[in-house]
Amino acid sequence: MSNKCDQPNMDRRKMIGGAIAATGAMTIAPGVILHAASVSDEASSGADAKHRWGMLIDSNKCADGCSACVDACNTEHGLKGHGRPATDAVWIRPVKLKDKQTGRENRLVMMCQHCEHPPCVDVCPTNASFKRVDGIVLVDRHRCIGCRYCMMACPYKARSFIHEALTEQSVNAPRGKGCVESCTLCVHRVDDGVMQTACQEACAEEGHAAILFGDLNDPNSEISKTLKSTNSVQIRADLELNTGVRYLNL
Amino acid sequence: MSKMYYRELYCGTPARYWSGLALLGVIIAIGLGAAYYMEHNGHWVTGMSNQIVWGLPHVFAIFLIVAASGALNVASIGSVFGGPLYKPLGRYSGLLAIGLLAGGLMVLVLDLGRPDRLIVAMTEYNFKSIFAWNVILYTGFFAIVGIYLWTMIDRSVNKYNRTVGFAAFFWRIALTTGTGSIFGFLVAREAYDAAIMAPMFVIMSFSYGLAFFIITLIAAYIWGDRELGDFRLTKLKNLLGVFVGAVFYFTLAYNLTNLYITQHHGIERFILLDGGIYTQMFWIGQIFIGSIIPLFLLYSPAFEKSRWAIAAASIAVLIGGFFQIYVIVIGGQAYPMNLFPGKEVVESGFYDGQVMSYVPTLPEAALGVAGIAVALTMVAVGARVFKVFPETLED
Repeated sequence: MSNKCDQPNMDRRKMIGGAIAATGAMTIAPGVILHAASVSDEASSGADAKHRWGMLIDSNKCADGCSACVDACNTEHGLKGHGRPATDAVWIRPVKLKDKQTGRENRLVMMCQHCEHPPCVDVCPTNASFKRVDGIVLVDRHRCIGCRYCMMACPYKARSFIHEALTEQSVNAPRGKGCVESCTLCVHRVDDGVMQTACQEACAEEGHAAILFGDLNDPNSEISKTLKSTNSVQIRADLELNTGVRYLNL
Repeated sequence: MSKMYYRELYCGTPARYWSGLALLGVIIAIGLGAAYYMEHNGHWVTGMSNQIVWGLPHVFAIFLIVAASGALNVASIGSVFGGPLYKPLGRYSGLLAIGLLAGGLMVLVLDLGRPDRLIVAMTEYNFKSIFAWNVILYTGFFAIVGIYLWTMIDRSVNKYNRTVGFAAFFWRIALTTGTGSIFGFLVAREAYDAAIMAPMFVIMSFSYGLAFFIITLIAAYIWGDRELGDFRLTKLKNLLGVFVGAVFYFTLAYNLTNLYITQHHGIERFILLDGGIYTQMFWIGQIFIGSIIPLFLLYSPAFEKSRWAIAAASIAVLIGGFFQIYVIVIGGQAYPMNLFPGKEVVESGFYDGQVMSYVPTLPEAALGVAGIAVALTMVAVGARVFKVFPETLED
């Protein structure tokens, strides 16, 4: 009488249960491992409220006729012109100024100023424009509905609307037709632990070193020390947005 | 006062109604085709750019949305402020308001970079954004005016009419305040960033909404071969005159304030003196066509009883209002932002310091006109299906 008992065959159940568990584990494991990996990535290099990333641009060092930073930014983020300057995306632009009273000339580059109180974030209806805890202002391309209210609100004309379908994008910056975008402060580099933006790197390679990127919250960073010892300005300081990008010798 | 009977509106001949509706359908189809063309190719096929980010579709959309809330005024005067002469016009006032808002919203949504993400706008709210509030205010307006119409049409719920009327009145004030605040809250640009924008938009809505109301009311009663008395029309005419005067007053206050502030002299000079097309639109469109002509037509004793003068004045108010919004929306963007006070921009990689040109394209206009067609279609169908218009409005 091997099996006259009315109890179920637990061995068989164990086997079936084991098989299901094993199949399940095989299905879920890669996801779990990937998730764990991404969590550990975030822990190691994600946005950290201890930092506030910013830039200092020395107007005296910004050389006439140079476009190294603009070219580097375009290459880094896959920005390509379509021969239509009014609608092509511009993340960083050179501006040459002349003082109306004294005639003194300046050159500088303008980009998203990564404000502490960004008007673009205030006006965005869907929370697509957002500021990371480390001060970088970005656009969530999955939430942006393309209303362009942020472009109306930005006092620095820092944002571009994508007016056409895009091809051959850079992995550094996913972009899309019908959304708004602007300088990301090379957030992909920051998150990889590379503390140098593409524009800064190119400017230094050209021998101008007009752009300095760094942590405004770290008193020992070069940018903080320079800001402390010099007389820098914010553009449209009257708006009290506390910009992350500052200017010297303007 | 004799009892008021409402009846579905039938044109004198069925062919007139159906051919009118077909024409509106064609205009809407062309507009939808234009929206598809702009969406499919991307916005580079429009006149809009990274400098003029809001264009002709926004002018149409804002114009219709502002007019929508104003169109509800007649109903509000009837049920909230107890004007017996206005009460029979309440149903049509509500229907027109819903139609105009639907038309305006259609244009606004179809011009989005990602209209397919409308669901995101409906589910993700940033409550610091006046745009997000407007999404709620606009959708709420449909609901409240819908209920308001119900209380006007269905006797069993008529007792709630006054309460709902109050709610609708406050809602419409909030709605236009919200629309005006889209510009009022923009600190970046000199033409905007002014609290007066909110009340100015409210008074603009009174004026445009009533003008839309008068012109479509006259047209409906002609098409339906029904009687429309002079006395009631004179009341509406006098009210329109007051509203046109009020818009003019707000325009004066806005510009005089800017003329006092040295920082704003540039934008004032641009709009009032040397802004080219925008200066012409301001003086000829907004002031001459939109204010002086209607005030003359409405108040001149020569036209006291002239129905055509009232109709012409209403059309002039609408044309002037369209130019006014064009100057606010496009003119305000065309004038360069002053990023560097005291400095002149010698060179720029992104048009800093330059007045930007904007030439609207045909698809943008087609989409905008389709918005008006949507409003008129809703009115035409609504008035035929529901008992909206009184059988007679004789004195």
